[in-house]
Amino acid sequence: MAAADGSHGVVWPGEGLARVPYDLYTDPSIYAGEQARIFRGPVWNFLCLAAEIPVPGDYKTTFIGDTPVIVVRDLDGAINALENRCAHRGALVCYKARGNARMLTCAYHSWVYDLKGGLRSVAFERGINGQGGMPDSFAKSAHGLKRLRVAEYAGLVFASFSDAAPAIDAYLGPEIAARVERVLPRPIKVTGYNRQLLANNWKLYVENNKDSYHASLLHTFFTTFRLNRLSQKGGIIVDASGGHHVSYSIMASEQTDRAYEDAAIRSAKQDYRLADASLVAGRDEFGDGISLQILSIFPAFVMQQVQNSLAVRQILPKGTGQTELIWTYYGFADDDAAMDMIRLKQSNLVGPAGYVSLEDGAIGGFVQRAIAGATGQASVLEMGGRGVESQATRATETSVRGFWRAYRQAMGI
Amino acid sequence: MDVATQFAVENLLARYVHALDDDRLEEWPGFFTDPCVYKIVSAENYGRGLPIGVIYADSQGMLRDRVSALREANVFEPHRYRHLVTSTLIAAGDGGLATARSNYQVVRIMQDGRASLFSTGLYIDRISFAGPAPLFAEKLVVFDNGLIDTLLAIPL
Repeated sequence: MAAADGSHGVVWPGEGLARVPYDLYTDPSIYAGEQARIFRGPVWNFLCLAAEIPVPGDYKTTFIGDTPVIVVRDLDGAINALENRCAHRGALVCYKARGNARMLTCAYHSWVYDLKGGLRSVAFERGINGQGGMPDSFAKSAHGLKRLRVAEYAGLVFASFSDAAPAIDAYLGPEIAARVERVLPRPIKVTGYNRQLLANNWKLYVENNKDSYHASLLHTFFTTFRLNRLSQKGGIIVDASGGHHVSYSIMASEQTDRAYEDAAIRSAKQDYRLADASLVAGRDEFGDGISLQILSIFPAFVMQQVQNSLAVRQILPKGTGQTELIWTYYGFADDDAAMDMIRLKQSNLVGPAGYVSLEDGAIGGFVQRAIAGATGQASVLEMGGRGVESQATRATETSVRGFWRAYRQAMGI
Repeated sequence: MDVATQFAVENLLARYVHALDDDRLEEWPGFFTDPCVYKIVSAENYGRGLPIGVIYADSQGMLRDRVSALREANVFEPHRYRHLVTSTLIAAGDGGLATARSNYQVVRIMQDGRASLFSTGLYIDRISFAGPAPLFAEKLVVFDNGLIDTLLAIPL
């Protein structure tokens, strides 16, 4: 059946998930297919933290894939998500990044919507002096803003265009849900944002987050200080769909890492020490010794605990070769001043200038540039085997293959 | 504000940006007191009172660590900056500190010769005159263009 095929002519190699066709990162028809089948399909897309819109009437504008969306706290305290496109002529209804409103009024012709997206009034609906106006048959009830399904989980706000998306806890599955709750155990405070424009397809950044294999090889700052070596205790959890993952490692500060030193790789400089070690002085705030947890939720959302630096990362596709990455940092409402300072100092580890993340801003672009002219060819994903399953090692690409399993399922490819 | 102070602050800013643009990063921590504050933060976060920025350091040691990381650990495509700093306004300070606000723009030049406006914003500096030469006791780099292209490696 043709409708099941979202391949747009891309042929998946016979090796299956152990190969990824480069055309998936460059083909505009694939990109359009992703918008329909993934972002507007049966998935849950991250919109914001509930703490960003605490007061009734608070709204912020964001995107699901390419589609502009308003997320707003209704007067009754519930959270609604609406397409940010006037039902009249298609203008943005909310053109400010954030605000507070009782009604949403389109600037173009003053059509007014309530916070559930219902069309409440149309300017000059009855015309002027008996002339003009809308036909009698015009029904305001048929011209609201498209309202999306909304799910809130542990303070994360998600939305879906599709009735086929399962309930959020079933979507996440118990293992992922538990790790979401682990880093959101009590009320939070948003402590800042950073935004980055990446010169690569959105999937390259998603894969990068799922790729624990690269972490200590590309990001040599961490390995130098023995904060994140593959030989540390840790592992990967992949959910049943393949689309979500957790990578975690447990701090072991004075480990001897023969595997690294024998290989004499670039990241094993033993003489490199911080002049001011307050950067990495933190707390085992979750009481389990886990110093790093990277969690991804299909399709394009990441939660990060790097020591005491907590953030969520929203990944927005902006065409085949561009991606916007939005970091929202948080702490807990009851953090003391010392904890605020720990998080501030450890924010140096992540973000656009992060000691262990700045490379990720560029590496996707290195791939995107290198695959120009690589039509019909594919990358290789065989670290940790060719399958998709949770593994007790981070020297694996299992969760990257998991992403492609979920992707192929969604895309029909 | 007297002419001598204006000259001293502008001279400090000029020496500072030339050191960065000439890739003399090892000299960069020496433009600060110890302890100090160096912070790069978006105008959005700054305006909303949100503490997290892009870089935060509160000692010369943290500044030296940033340089060491750039030299020894971090991986990025070679590039350099050209800073323009202008419109420096100095407010009378207290305790031997002057507060100076300056507009800055940084053009980033990649190895293939592409140059683009990488960062534009405001330096909000608190400058100490306690020693033989003026030093930054605090330097806030408040950048207007909140969407950072690719990454930020070299300090602003």
